[in-house]
Amino acid sequence: MKSDIELINSEGKRSDGRGPHDLRKIKIEAGVLHRADGSCYLEWGGNKVLAAVYGPREAVPRHTQNPLKAIVQARYNMAAFSVEDRKRPGPDRRSVEISKVISEALEKVVLTEQFPRASIDVSIEVLDAEAGTRCAGLTAAGVALVDAGIPMRDIPVACAAGKINGQVVLDLGKEEDNFGDADLPVAISPRTGEVLLLQMDGHLTFDEFNQAFDLALKGCHSVSEIQKKAIMQKYQSAAVEVQE
Amino acid sequence: MTIVPIIKRDYITKLAEQGKRIDGRTFDQYRNIDIETKVVNKAEGSARVKIGYTQVLVGVKIDLGEPFPDSPNMGVLSTAAELIPMASPDFESGPPREDAIELARVVDRGVRESQVVDVEKLVITPGEKVWIVFIDIHILDYDGNLFDAASLGALAALSTTIIPAKRFSEQLPEEYPKEDFPLPMSEPPISCTAVKINDFVLFDPCFDEEIIADVRLTVATDHKGDIRAMQKGLSGSFTRDEIQKVIKGALDNGQEIRKKLYQSIGK
Repeated sequence: MKSDIELINSEGKRSDGRGPHDLRKIKIEAGVLHRADGSCYLEWGGNKVLAAVYGPREAVPRHTQNPLKAIVQARYNMAAFSVEDRKRPGPDRRSVEISKVISEALEKVVLTEQFPRASIDVSIEVLDAEAGTRCAGLTAAGVALVDAGIPMRDIPVACAAGKINGQVVLDLGKEEDNFGDADLPVAISPRTGEVLLLQMDGHLTFDEFNQAFDLALKGCHSVSEIQKKAIMQKYQSAAVEVQE
Repeated sequence: MTIVPIIKRDYITKLAEQGKRIDGRTFDQYRNIDIETKVVNKAEGSARVKIGYTQVLVGVKIDLGEPFPDSPNMGVLSTAAELIPMASPDFESGPPREDAIELARVVDRGVRESQVVDVEKLVITPGEKVWIVFIDIHILDYDGNLFDAASLGALAALSTTIIPAKRFSEQLPEEYPKEDFPLPMSEPPISCTAVKINDFVLFDPCFDEEIIADVRLTVATDHKGDIRAMQKGLSGSFTRDEIQKVIKGALDNGQEIRKKLYQSIGK
């Protein structure tokens, strides 16, 4: 959707004061829930997301079991109160699709072959939404999987880039998402650079795509550092407790 | 009952005979309660309540709509609860089951019948247009006693709710004020829950106590010390004396919890 709204001014300042290559503020905390095997709370700009992991446990119903490896089932859900107009509780077509692409992204990094017939269940709850919830959810899920001790090849991480007023920028905010020209969420395995999730809507030229893609990768690597810090912090405090 | 709860039941009753509980509390003592309000920006009112490890997030959304035909001079209250799979390995996704519906209805009754929300002040045009208050209860972590956590969360969230008249100004009649205003509220009743295991009455059951409990009773009391709502659950039974014991405990604990609620909403 093209629009006349000025989302970025001539000096390259965006409506929330960020430069074109700046992320919103991100805060990650690992191990916030008691019952879950692993969990993570994440704030990304105005997004507040909680992820929990259960498993590996027996996959039910039985016909979903794979005799050779575990299945990874992510469930992305938005709280009724997380958006401007109340959302009806329960899955809609959008959340079912997002659940599917996140499940597939996570399955690539989990060592599923170690747990035949099992299910690794990831529950992602969006408590407060402000553009970019699927990236926030996947990033939180990555930390929750580590917290649950699930063996993985890498910690998956996601970040979006996009285009506003004809200019390629990192990590779209609410207005930029609504009135911008394009949105490109990307998830990667940061160690290898493999792409785990890729979606795009809007309009980009080939050159703009390359620019946006590189920018999103850079964003992913920055977010990955914050993920690792959150995990280190949890286990450092645990180590201190053991020493005492 | 599977094997683990049978072993736990043995352990919990043996402790109870010595006057003890698994987490070191006395029989009528609550776990630590923590209330945080205004935690969701998109919601018109919100609160996160922790009772021990149990964690509940309640959000209030406000919308415009029609009143029910039998109550043209009242706004509409709607309460829903989701026992999301995040909160417990036993919760599954899908439409709400009996547990979630009972929880939502008990909270709803506590809010509705106690008239804690002044629904008559939510009327814009009688019989045509009123404010609708949606209370959505999100269970994040389940370690027992959801009834108390959910109703406390609902009250805290409602107490911080702002009616967004400005945002809806285009859909409001000309003479109706367009300034945001706080949801009109009166003194809230506080819910307290106890369970019975053998002959022992334990307040604020944690998960291990709750799954082996014979019977449960929730009592909501108001600031004057009157009873405003009750709900008995599970297949066991109470004697008259035990019910009175629960009511007394609910009154004492209710006073303490009310203070915490007032503190959290700055009253």
